[in-house]
Amino acid sequence: MEFLFDNFTALGALTAIALGFGALLGFAAVKFKVEGNPIVEQIDALLPQTQCGQCGHPGCRPYAEGLADGEEINKCVPGGEDTIRALADLLGRDFVPLDEEHGETPESKMVAVIREAECIGCTKCLQACPMDAILGAAKQMHTVIAEECTGCDLCVEPCPVDCIDMVPVATTLQTWHWAAPKGIGNRPGELIPVRNIA
Amino acid sequence: MSRHIWDFHGGIHPPENKKQSSETSIRWAGLPERLVVPVQQHIGAPAKPCVNVGDRVLKGQTLAEAAGFVSLPVHAPTSGTVAAIELRPIQHPSGMDALCVEITPDGQDEWIEHQGVSDYTALDKKAVLNRIREAGIAGMGGAGFPSVVKLGVKPDQKIKTLILNAVECEPYITADDRLMRERADEIVQGLQIVAWLIEPEEILIGIEDNKPHAIAAMQKATAGTQCEVVVVPTKYPSGGEKQLIHLLTGKEVRSGGIPADVGVVCHNTGTAYAIKRAIIDGEPLISRITTLTGDCVAEKGNYEVLMGTPVGWLLQQAGVKATDLHRLIMGGPMMGFAVHNMAVPVVKTTNCLLVPNTREFPDPVPEQPCIRCGSCAQVCPVNLLPQQLYWFAKTKEFDKAAHFNLADCIECGACSYVCPSNIPLVQYYRFAKGEIRTQQQEQAKADHARQRFEARQARLAREEEEKERKRQERAKAAAAKQAEKKAAPTAKAAPTTAADTADGADALAKLQTAAASTMKRYKEAQKALLTAEKNGSEHLEALQKKVEQLKAKADAAKEAFTTAKNAQGQTADAKPKPAAASKDDPFAALKQASAEDFAAYKEAEKALAAAEASGAEDVVALQQRVAELKTRSDASKAAMKEARAREKEQIQAKNAAADPVKAAKLEVAKQQVLLKKATKALQAAKDSDAGADDALEANVKAAEQALEAAEHALKKIEEEQA
Repeated sequence: MEFLFDNFTALGALTAIALGFGALLGFAAVKFKVEGNPIVEQIDALLPQTQCGQCGHPGCRPYAEGLADGEEINKCVPGGEDTIRALADLLGRDFVPLDEEHGETPESKMVAVIREAECIGCTKCLQACPMDAILGAAKQMHTVIAEECTGCDLCVEPCPVDCIDMVPVATTLQTWHWAAPKGIGNRPGELIPVRNIA
Repeated sequence: MSRHIWDFHGGIHPPENKKQSSETSIRWAGLPERLVVPVQQHIGAPAKPCVNVGDRVLKGQTLAEAAGFVSLPVHAPTSGTVAAIELRPIQHPSGMDALCVEITPDGQDEWIEHQGVSDYTALDKKAVLNRIREAGIAGMGGAGFPSVVKLGVKPDQKIKTLILNAVECEPYITADDRLMRERADEIVQGLQIVAWLIEPEEILIGIEDNKPHAIAAMQKATAGTQCEVVVVPTKYPSGGEKQLIHLLTGKEVRSGGIPADVGVVCHNTGTAYAIKRAIIDGEPLISRITTLTGDCVAEKGNYEVLMGTPVGWLLQQAGVKATDLHRLIMGGPMMGFAVHNMAVPVVKTTNCLLVPNTREFPDPVPEQPCIRCGSCAQVCPVNLLPQQLYWFAKTKEFDKAAHFNLADCIECGACSYVCPSNIPLVQYYRFAKGEIRTQQQEQAKADHARQRFEARQARLAREEEEKERKRQERAKAAAAKQAEKKAAPTAKAAPTTAADTADGADALAKLQTAAASTMKRYKEAQKALLTAEKNGSEHLEALQKKVEQLKAKADAAKEAFTTAKNAQGQTADAKPKPAAASKDDPFAALKQASAEDFAAYKEAEKALAAAEASGAEDVVALQQRVAELKTRSDASKAAMKEARAREKEQIQAKNAAADPVKAAKLEVAKQQVLLKKATKALQAAKDSDAGADDALEANVKAAEQALEAAEHALKKIEEEQA
C-alpha cells in the first residue's frame, strides 16, 4: 500500500512540474511572440536598396524575405560579389558567383540623368522611380536628384522619348581612394613610402 | 633637469638625409608669373570663392571664404589680378583637378590694410580665435586640420599639456629645423598665444636629438618662460601626434579618440609661427617654409614659398633640370605622394618637395610573397598586426581588417620599410581604408534609400486608400440621389391628383403635352430603330429596348391623359347645370349658346343638303341661312374661346398670387415650348428648301428672349423666397 502511495506522489510531482513548465512556455510563446522573421531585417540591411527588381522581386525587402525562405543568394546585381559574400556570411552558405541571368554588375555606380531639353514632361519616370528621386510635374521638365538616385534603371524604360541616360557616377576628391597595389611580381611603381632610401 | 621620456613600440631608423638641406638659411623663393591658389588646402569643406575674374586683389585679401565650421578661407599671396577661377590640378595623390583661383601678380606686392595686436591678452579669446580662423591657419605638419578647431577648447575639458611638435622625424625634411634655428622667438610667441588660449598646466616642446642647433635656439628663446624644451631620441615616427604624446606624457590616446580626450593639445612648429604672424602682425597664412631637396636639386635648402606657387617654377628656381627629373615627391619619402604635374601648386601643407635622382631612389624591386617573418609587427608604432591586415586587404575581407583596427594605422610606412618581400603594405592599407569608407558611405546611402522607399510605399498606400474612400463616397451620394429622384414623381403626382377643379384644366393640358412629348420621343426612337436596322447598327437591341420602354411610357401617358380628361369631362358635365341654372357663370352660358348655335347651323346645313337633293326652290334662301348660322356659330365659338382663355388667365393669375415660383416655372416651361415650336418651324422651313424665313427667325429670337426673361423672373422669385 505504502509502495503505491509513494509512486503516486512521485507521479503527481512530475505531472505538476510538467504542467507548470508547460503553462510557463505557453505563456511565453504568447507574450514574447516575435512578429515576422527577424533574419529578414538583417538580410535587408545587407541589400543595396536600389529597389531595382533585377532579382525578380518587386524590391529589396521581398528578396530578403525570399532569401530567408532559402532562395539563392546570387541574384542581387547591383550588390555584386560583396553583397553575395556578406549574405553567404550571414546565412552560413557557400559563396556562389553572381547569376548572370539577372544581369551584370556595372563597373561603377550609375546615376540617371535626364536630357532636359528633350523631356516632354509626361511624368512617367516619376511614377517609375522607387526613390521619388525625380522632380517634375505634368508638362514641366523633369530632373533627377542625383544624390537620391540609386541607379536602378527603372526610369529608363518608361520614358517615351528616351531622354534618360544612365551615366557612371564621377569620382570626386571626396570619394577618391587609393587603388589596390598590383600584387606579387609587380613593382610597386611610384608608390610611397620609398623603401630604398640610400 | 631631466624629464622622463617614455617609449613607444616599434619605429625605424632610416637614413636621415637632413644635412643636404639643413645647413643653408631660409631663402625667399621669389614671385612666380602666376599663382594658383586652391580653395581647399585643408581638411574639411572647400572654401567658397568671393572674388571675380578680372578683380584686382591685394596681398592678404580673402579669395575664398570658409564654408562651415571645419573650413578655412584662403588669401591672395600677393597683389595682382584674378586671371581665372577654374579647375586646376592640385596637391592630391589622385592627380585630379579642383577649384583654384589663379592670380597674375602685378609685382607691386601691395598689402591689404592689416593690423596686428601686440597685446592680444587685452582681447577677448573668441576674437583671437576668430582672427586665427580668418587668417586661414591649418595644421602645417601635413594633414592640414584647421587649427582653430583644435584651439576652441570645450568648457568642460581641461587641457593639462600643450605640446609643440618640433620633432620632424621624417627623413630629408628640415623646414621646421631651419625655422626654429632662425625664428625661434616668433615660434615661442605663437606658442604663448596658444597657451593663453587653452591655459594648459605645462607647455612642452618636443625636438629630436638630431637637431642640436634648433634645440639650442629654442632653449634660448624659451628661457624665462613657462615653456620647456624636451629632447626626444631620434626614431621614426616619433613626430606622429599620438606617438609624441606617448613619448612626452606616457598617455595613450584611445582608438578613434583625439588628444584632448587625455588632456593634451598638440600643434606643429609651423602652425605656431603662423599663429604669431596672424595675431601679432595681422598677416594671414600666405606663405610657408618648404624644403627643396633630393639629388636633382642644385640649390638644396629651405625656401619661403608663397601659397599657390607652381612646383615646376619653384624647382626651376632651385636649379632642377627638367631632363634630370626622375620622380617628384610632395612631402617626405615615407608619407608623401608622387606628383606628375608640374602645375601643381605649393599649399599650406607642403613641407617638402623631394626630387631624387635614379641613384638615390632606384626603382623599387617587384613585390614578393609574404613570408610571415613578422618584421612589420615589430616596427609598427601602433602595435597593429601589419601582415594580418595585409592578408585581409589582399583578399578584400575588409570587415576583418576593420576588426583588426585598420583604422588606427597612421600610414607611417615603417612596415613597408622593413618588409623583406618589398610589399607596399601601406598601399594595401590605404586601399582597404578607402574601400571601408566607400562601403560605409554606401551603407548610409542604402539606409537612406530604404527610408525613402518605405516612405514612398506608405504614401502610395495612403493615396490609394484615399481614392477608394472618395469613390465609395461618390457611389453613396449617387445612390442617394437616385432614391430621391424615384421618390419625387410620386410626391409630385400626389398634388396633381389632389388638385382642385380650378387646376384640373391646367393639369389636363400638362398631361396632354406630356403624352404628346412621350409619343413623339417614342416615334423618334422608332425612326432611329428603323434607320439602325437599315444600316445594320450594333446597338439594335438597346434601341429596341428603348423603343419598347418609350412605348410603354407613351401608353401610360396617354392613359393618364384620357382618364384625366374623362374625369374633367365629368366635372364639366356636372358643372354646367348649376351654372346654367344660376346664369352666374358667363362662360357656361356662352358655351351653351355656342353649342346651340352650332346645332342650329348643323341642322340648317342638313336641311340645305336635303333641299338640294330634293331639288327644292328655296335652296338659295336656305344657303343664305346656313351661311348666317355659320357666322353666328363661329362668333359664339370665338366668344367662348375668348372667355375660356380669359378664365385660364384668371386662374393662372390666382395661382401666381398663391405660388409665384410655380407660376414663373410654368411661364418658363411655356416659353420653352414656344421657343421649341418656333425653332422647329424655322427648321422645317429650312428643310423644305423654302429658305430661312426672316420672320420665322425673328420669331425664334423673340421666343428666346421671352424664355430668358421668364427664366430671369423665376430666378428672381426664387432668390426672393430664399
